[in-house]
Amino acid sequence: MIKLVGITKKFPGLKKPAVDNLNLEVKEGDVCVLVGPSGCGKTTTMKMINRIHEPTSGSIFINDKDALKMNPIKLRLDIGYVIQEIGLFPHHTIEENVATVPNEKKWPKDKTKQKVDEILTLVGLDPKIYGKRYPSALSGGQRQRVGVARAMVSDPPIMLMDEPFGAVDPITRARLQNEFLRIQERISKTIVFVTHDIDEAIKMGNTIAVMREGKLVQHATPSDLLAAPADEFVASLVGRNRSIKRLHLIRIREILDHLDRPKPATVDMPLNDIRKQLEDSDIRSVMVVDQDNKLKGIIGVNDLKKKAGEVAADYIQELDQSITSDATLNDALSMMLECGEGYVAVINEDDQYQGTITLGDLLNVVKEEG
Amino acid sequence: MVEHFLIFYNNLFSTMANFCMQVTIATPSLFSKVIVYLQRRGDLVWELIIEHFWLVAISIGIAIVISIIIGVTISYKTGLAMTVLTVCQILMTIPSMAMLGFMVPLFGIGFTTGVIALILYSLLPIVRNTYTGIKEISPAIVESAVGMGMTEWRVLTKIKIPLARPVIMAGIRTATVMIVGIAAIAAYVGAGGLGELIFQGISRSNESMIIVGALGVSIIALAFDFILSWGERRLAAIGKTGEASK
Repeated sequence: MIKLVGITKKFPGLKKPAVDNLNLEVKEGDVCVLVGPSGCGKTTTMKMINRIHEPTSGSIFINDKDALKMNPIKLRLDIGYVIQEIGLFPHHTIEENVATVPNEKKWPKDKTKQKVDEILTLVGLDPKIYGKRYPSALSGGQRQRVGVARAMVSDPPIMLMDEPFGAVDPITRARLQNEFLRIQERISKTIVFVTHDIDEAIKMGNTIAVMREGKLVQHATPSDLLAAPADEFVASLVGRNRSIKRLHLIRIREILDHLDRPKPATVDMPLNDIRKQLEDSDIRSVMVVDQDNKLKGIIGVNDLKKKAGEVAADYIQELDQSITSDATLNDALSMMLECGEGYVAVINEDDQYQGTITLGDLLNVVKEEG
Repeated sequence: MVEHFLIFYNNLFSTMANFCMQVTIATPSLFSKVIVYLQRRGDLVWELIIEHFWLVAISIGIAIVISIIIGVTISYKTGLAMTVLTVCQILMTIPSMAMLGFMVPLFGIGFTTGVIALILYSLLPIVRNTYTGIKEISPAIVESAVGMGMTEWRVLTKIKIPLARPVIMAGIRTATVMIVGIAAIAAYVGAGGLGELIFQGISRSNESMIIVGALGVSIIALAFDFILSWGERRLAAIGKTGEASK
């Protein structure tokens, strides 16, 4: 648990305080997103928690212990820290970078090695392939993963993340966000997350703290924030299209089970059978999977009008859009818009078919929720 | 037009022929003089080369330690940086003769005086490169190191100095090559080295002594450059394997 009480930070030479009498409580296992325009003091607030900046006044409690009275080095070793520029050490390999905190804590070699391999695997980087590489040999998205791995390796109960997914392209960002949420579900750290992107805040946060000019404007859950913005400023920040933003709050798997969809066809199924299956519904295409339930592609009604007696495998059209079930409905929507199709196939991590989401499903959700 | 051209060519050829004759006449005698000199006084020359080498090696060794300490200090106290760098700059612009002359009343004549003067000359390149090398490290790298709980000493030794090392080494090489030359002038205050040969050669109008001295200085400069680049590679290798074996 993190508790900020009456925190104020004045930088020398500036009249206005960067952070002004801020009170904030983050419950254990929660992701609290600090959001606001640049210069609102959100990063400063975060950096006071691990005392990169010392507060001018006020107090900070971490699990009821006064952080300002602790040894800053000890405090920081137990707080994971990821910044936007990542700040990987270019002269250290990926392994050495991730082992930074264990080395500072003087862990035994084999424990460090084991934990480093484990955490690299967790963030989706094979330690055998990437461990001995230098950061310059990695892509932006991979570096972000290393940054997150480095912050998590010693299993700190608290993590501070300053726009950790800020420097990558939107598609990679969405994927990293989803992966991170999946990991967070398993490890449930207490996280303070800074971003200027309200969509990211809604997606990542259990609670959102909106800041403006050093003051906390509203601290609420994402759905409360969307339903009842405290003032004009928050309302303008979350924007007019609030119902679309709700799509950020719902994961695909949450609605997938309630959908009534025809079973996918298998590759060796005769076209006639597929036609029969489709004739009863108004659906114009069906997904095709192989014996292992892996998604192979799609077959449209028009293809079925061709010769009878052939099997599905001959007429499969490959799909270039698929999404995992832990993505949000908003991710699904943007993927549909990107591909210009009204549907997107949902798969799991092993490429196995889970279901299909259509534009109509999204409309229904917005209607119900709104 | 054609005439002019021909005249130009004629002139050019005669000048070149003249020059070649002079060289062919002058070279064997000067060359043989140098060889004869080396045969006669080879021991002395070798002794002076060694002396010159140590004069530079000791000076640069001490200068490296002092300069890196100063460079690191001013990287923390940026307010001091301009003053310190300006002082170093001024030290370097003092003509070497004047500097050495100024040293004599303070430290007397001899090897030590030479070393002190050479240290003062090599400060600027190393201090400046240490300072810029550290300052140029991306603030994000330093911030993430501090934020993860590294102590200031660990940040300095594990992150800042290793990352600034190539820039610092460049400064050290500049300083070394420079003071190999200046060390020749240090013979003026009795510091020894190849400068003795050159100064004597000048006063006795003995070309072969001057040539031997000058050649010796270049050989030492090359030797230092070789040693330093070897050391740089070794350092880089130790840096990497040392980290990897952890």
